[in-house]
Amino acid sequence: MRTGRKKRFKFSNIYSFKCGKGLFKDDHSQIGGPGFSRVVYCNEPDGLDASLRNYATNYVRTTKYTAATFLPKSLFEQFRRVANFYFLVTGILSFTSLAPYSAVSAIVPLIVVIGATMAKEGIEDWRRKQQDIEVNNRKVKVHEGGGKFKQTEWKNLKVGHIVKVEKDEFFPADLVLLSSSYEDAVCYVETMNLDGETNLKLKQALEVTSSLNEEDIKNFWAVVKCEDPNANLYSFVGSMEFEGQQHPLSPQQLLLRDSKLRNTDHIYGAVIFTGHDTKVIQNSTKPPSKRSKVEKKMDKIVYLLFGVLFLIAFFGSVYFGIVTKDDLDGQRKRWYLRPDDADIFFDPERAPIAAIYHFLTALLLYSYLIPISLYVSIEIVKVLQSIFINQDVLMYYEEADKPAHARTSNLNEELGQVDTILSDKTGTLTCNSMEFIKCSVAGTAYGSGVTEVEKAVAKRKGAPLTENGKDDNERPVDSPKKSSVKGFNFYDERIMNGNWVNEPRSDVIQKFFRLLAICHTAIPDIDENTGKVVYEAESPDEAAFVIAARELGFEFFKRTQKNVYVKELNLVSGKRVERSFELLNVLEFNSSRKRMSVIVRDEEGKLLLLCKGADSVMFERLAKNGREYEEQTREHVNEYADAGLRTLILAYRELNEEEYNVFDEKFSEAKNAVSADREALIDEVTEEIEKDLILLGATAVEDKLQQGVPECIDKLAQAGIKIWVLTGDKMETAINIGVLRQITEGKSQIAKSGSEAFALIIDGKSLAYALHDDIKKLFLELSIGCASVICCRSSPKQKALVTRLVKEGIKKTTLAIGDGANDVGMLQEADIGIGISGVEGMQAVMSSDIAIAQFRFLERLLLVHGHWCYRRISSMICYFFYKNVTFGFTLFLYEAYASFSGQPAYNDWFLSLYNVFFTSLPVIAMGVFDQDFPLLYQEGVQNVLFSWSRIIGWMLNGVASAIIIFFFCVRALNPQAFNNDGKIAEYQILGTTMYTCVVWVVNCQMALAISYFTLIQHIFIWGGIILWYIFLLAYGAMPLKVSTTAYKVFVESLAPTPSFYVVTVFVVISALVPYFVYKAVQMRFFPMYHGMIQWIRYEGRSEDPEYCNMVRQRSIRHNTVGFTARSLARTSPLQDGNKNQR
Amino acid sequence: MALRCEGTLGKRRKFTIFLFELKEFAKFMRSCDFNYSRFTQQELPACKPILTPKWVISTFLLVSVVFIPIGVVSLLASQDVVEIVYRYDNECIPLDSVNDKVGFIQSSQDKTCNRILTVPKRMEQPIYVYYQLDNFYQNHRRYVRSRNDQQLRSPGNERETSSCSPEDTTADGNPIVPCGLIAWSLFNDTYGFTRGNQQLAINKRDISWKSDRDRKFGSNVFPRNFQNGTLIGGARLDTSIPLSEQEDLIVWMRTAALPTFRKLYGKIEVDLQAGDAINVTLINNYNTYSFNGKKKLVLSTSSWLGGKNDFVGIAYLTVGGLCFFLAMVFMLIYLIKPRQLGDPSYLSWNRNAGGH
Repeated sequence: MRTGRKKRFKFSNIYSFKCGKGLFKDDHSQIGGPGFSRVVYCNEPDGLDASLRNYATNYVRTTKYTAATFLPKSLFEQFRRVANFYFLVTGILSFTSLAPYSAVSAIVPLIVVIGATMAKEGIEDWRRKQQDIEVNNRKVKVHEGGGKFKQTEWKNLKVGHIVKVEKDEFFPADLVLLSSSYEDAVCYVETMNLDGETNLKLKQALEVTSSLNEEDIKNFWAVVKCEDPNANLYSFVGSMEFEGQQHPLSPQQLLLRDSKLRNTDHIYGAVIFTGHDTKVIQNSTKPPSKRSKVEKKMDKIVYLLFGVLFLIAFFGSVYFGIVTKDDLDGQRKRWYLRPDDADIFFDPERAPIAAIYHFLTALLLYSYLIPISLYVSIEIVKVLQSIFINQDVLMYYEEADKPAHARTSNLNEELGQVDTILSDKTGTLTCNSMEFIKCSVAGTAYGSGVTEVEKAVAKRKGAPLTENGKDDNERPVDSPKKSSVKGFNFYDERIMNGNWVNEPRSDVIQKFFRLLAICHTAIPDIDENTGKVVYEAESPDEAAFVIAARELGFEFFKRTQKNVYVKELNLVSGKRVERSFELLNVLEFNSSRKRMSVIVRDEEGKLLLLCKGADSVMFERLAKNGREYEEQTREHVNEYADAGLRTLILAYRELNEEEYNVFDEKFSEAKNAVSADREALIDEVTEEIEKDLILLGATAVEDKLQQGVPECIDKLAQAGIKIWVLTGDKMETAINIGVLRQITEGKSQIAKSGSEAFALIIDGKSLAYALHDDIKKLFLELSIGCASVICCRSSPKQKALVTRLVKEGIKKTTLAIGDGANDVGMLQEADIGIGISGVEGMQAVMSSDIAIAQFRFLERLLLVHGHWCYRRISSMICYFFYKNVTFGFTLFLYEAYASFSGQPAYNDWFLSLYNVFFTSLPVIAMGVFDQDFPLLYQEGVQNVLFSWSRIIGWMLNGVASAIIIFFFCVRALNPQAFNNDGKIAEYQILGTTMYTCVVWVVNCQMALAISYFTLIQHIFIWGGIILWYIFLLAYGAMPLKVSTTAYKVFVESLAPTPSFYVVTVFVVISALVPYFVYKAVQMRFFPMYHGMIQWIRYEGRSEDPEYCNMVRQRSIRHNTVGFTARSLARTSPLQDGNKNQR
Repeated sequence: MALRCEGTLGKRRKFTIFLFELKEFAKFMRSCDFNYSRFTQQELPACKPILTPKWVISTFLLVSVVFIPIGVVSLLASQDVVEIVYRYDNECIPLDSVNDKVGFIQSSQDKTCNRILTVPKRMEQPIYVYYQLDNFYQNHRRYVRSRNDQQLRSPGNERETSSCSPEDTTADGNPIVPCGLIAWSLFNDTYGFTRGNQQLAINKRDISWKSDRDRKFGSNVFPRNFQNGTLIGGARLDTSIPLSEQEDLIVWMRTAALPTFRKLYGKIEVDLQAGDAINVTLINNYNTYSFNGKKKLVLSTSSWLGGKNDFVGIAYLTVGGLCFFLAMVFMLIYLIKPRQLGDPSYLSWNRNAGGH
């Protein structure tokens, strides 16, 4: 077995750290001082001192609320919203005699709405609680004294406990590694849950404790002094007092909670941090809460409605004050109101005060203008929309078993308004699986594969591939190797199958591939089925190199503690021999060094430093005599970059013994320094040795584009979305990937149309200048004027800065998409962050708002889900306001006929249930089910569906409906007899009839506005109306005390009376006619985009692509009035793209 | 939770459902033979209504076809109703009191007033007698709430006078039954009708809703301490008759929706012939002069649609006609200027661009 075999190695030697006899210096001197006060008595968790210190228990709570705080805290959260707070105030006021309706009827809907939201919060939190319980009750073996271990729950762990963790278990707390099942006390840790990295990390215990075994544990005693709990995952400063000596502790000994023990039978560890003190918990920050633009605008509308509310309340109060004053000594003494003996609310003598009180009453009464259930309805709708996103089969990546995952439902509709996409390249647009495709050795270029970029460029130029290219194109297909070896797409007769020995510079070629075979940190593994060697490497690049070396005859097959074994051809004997190289040091790769080296001693005892790295750092490190092929190599590297390949320069040097010894000493010193600037120290030391190198050549690997990326880009561009690429790649590579992505394509067409389009390509250094405050704006203007922008060589921070610049500069929605830890800043900065749950771990996903598995799913996410969500939410909000304005204005109009005394037109319960029962379900159904056509993406970007004109239009429609309903009802029912029996339509009859009309009108209006009618909508719309009649029956049948004015009103008065039906039908139809006419005229003369597409569909012309294209073209031209150049640039490649597709 | 979708989806995976447990919902959906995968994939069968010319025109035609007959029928019904409206608040003031109507109405002079009404058309019985008040805010909030339903219903609740202030108790603290401003301001003009020598009886039975008599006003609740204060509002009540039989009160207490309202006074159960001269004996007690209110006496027959009001019929005809007109307009547009549907050259911006 793999793991069994691995166990025999002492892997500690592969890596460059040597377990340190650390020196006390730097940070360690601070131990005991402020910030470094923690003292842990290992194996004495219940000692006197430990109990005095009172460290946190290992119980971890991730819930937002506890049983005790749930009520106050969640209530507080709820009432922080202005609208909810307003309803709370009205609810409280309704208990006073100010209220125009009964307190219960006002409180119930509030309770329903708040209750629903709180229930949602509660369920969410309860699920977290379940998770907590699961985690806290996981079992771990704890030393209970006398060398015995017993199982206990995680939550019982205390600081100072010694625990035994076995293979594939999670660490229950932050531990100091004491010893492991390996001799040299190393262990492997998987930190997937912490940083998302899948490769295993090696940890090693102090030498002094490394021999501990089960027997020794009972007598083990040590004191650990270390830093206080903090969130830094990669640093740890502490010391261990063991057997009277101080030993420094570093992150190398620290095992973090939530990481997993792998490939190691068991370890012993001392608990240092528990529960909320652990680094992972300290590190867990809430994702930044983002709010969508639609929601922000909705708040404005709520404020607008508040304005209207205050205005009409004020108007009413003034009128009320005047009329009330008249009661006692004016023209109109309403003696029947007993103004001489009135309470303060109606006292003519104190009319101004009465008016002020009346103002409050009016605020309560007109509160129906503000939709109480708006927020909760929107939340319900968004949750359902997220479910649609999560469940979409078309966004399900079968290979990795990954569906899309909306981590927040706040931004659904924002997805429909994206104007600019800022995309990472590696791993996002590309697969991040590398193929070795070309190399340049000793100034000669090898490898004749054609990259996708080259194909695309050739295609764009319209020229057929060259003879040579054609051959290249065909040959790899014939070659069986291409399909059989993953990560290898190299073909060149000159050096394959051992032919390299005949090349003029075969010695260099040998060194070149030998370097590839040795200079890496991959671990070989023999596939038991095929007998072939496979490699586990940290990055796909590295794997590609080792594989290439193997395929070309330099097979790295075995790694031991100290040696690397390579099978290669002996130039003299012509046979394959095994060679071993003693591995002395590994100078690891990092992003600032941009290179990696190993120091080995070959079989002849020669010391070699083998180095590979980026061209920008490598060429300057070459020795004078090592620059023999520099010119050609540079040329080749540039060619490769042009072809969209990732290049590395290979070089080596020989070391002599003294030089090495000096280096080794310095290096291990630097490695063992446990301080913040350790990295810098190491860099400094390695800098000294990685110089005077001799150039061997360069490699080129291709990062394949993900499936469907060009098509996806094409569709997104058709939808008018701008795409920026922010990448760490070389400029040429970036440009060519850009070309491949078709975003800079189509210059020739542009020239034809008489305008020009540019692509802006800027690298990291220039970007740093461009992002300075004073020229930021200029840069932005320039980039907006360009068809596409590529920022290359940009650091994670620059990516975030660019994102912010774009977001703040163009004031439109930006979407960032990325897959790696370096994209986190960008994802959080953008309005929407999309994480690719690919191979680079989970960090991007954890900080994203929505995670998808492949870039191509972006098309469906934005153009279908995003657009639909936008359409639904905006229509829903408009409609919400419509129905409330309609209702609120009938109340207001009635007030005008009741001398603004605050008497509502309807029964209390009619009022309060309007929003909750009779009208909210259809709106929710609309928010969940309405659909149109994904082609209409620009509607979202231009925000036409949620523009002020549309919102105001809907509100005016509401006012119109209210006027029609009120006046037609009043005129039709007053003052003559209502039925055959001579009875009059008084307060209850008029109110109920009017209310019936409102329910009908509002629901039918919804039916008219909907463009996608499913069964569910039918059920909800017509169900809402039926529900009203059922309610009327049931409520009327209740005892008089409950039903008051609605007692038997339907059974006795309305149902048997023809005029009720005649009036209802008439009012409902008349109230709908204006909207219907408007819609018919608009559809006929001023169709919006979706109208046009509906026509097309209706006519069955969607099959005619040229016609569709024409429509699209026209609509796009309209989209970007003022940016003609850009839009044309966008339009032309589309046509082109379409034709190509066809 | 794991949702399983059938059919084409093939290999299923576990879904992590965000926030909500939809298990129950899904179960419900499946129980009503609902294709859950079509639901989650948003592919429910649906109709996509689109306003094609055919639809627009036929909708308008349909509305007009339905509305015009209803309008005609309603108008006929309204025309059938014979109505006599007589405003008497100014008429029944003696000449010498014209400048001080309020003084007159508050004085103890004889307020009887005889007038003759001529029947314009044959009126079939029952003829409903209404009084109509104008500018009287029975829907004022203070007024509407100034009553107590418990007190009206049961004699045990006579002390329940909350919300009746200031007409809740007498000066010495005895509860007023019925309490409140509504009852206190009960209308107290009376009408008597004679045709020639024939007294036309006014039937006051069943002028109120049955549910009011049965439920709202107790049959064993009798007026007490009513109109005993210094300030007399309106009519007095016979303390020997239970509230459930005081139909004038019951009608009055069912407050009107609007400041202009009619209330049923009684029914005349004989036919009146065209040209009949009806002698009305009015006792003009009620003070509407303080607030400039009008008082009218209304005699009206009824149809299946209630009283006389042409508005419904005319409105139906108008809207029906309008829809017909719109249908014609749209039809003409489509006939005269047929255009290719969905032709983008008709887009507003494209046309504008051409015009510039």
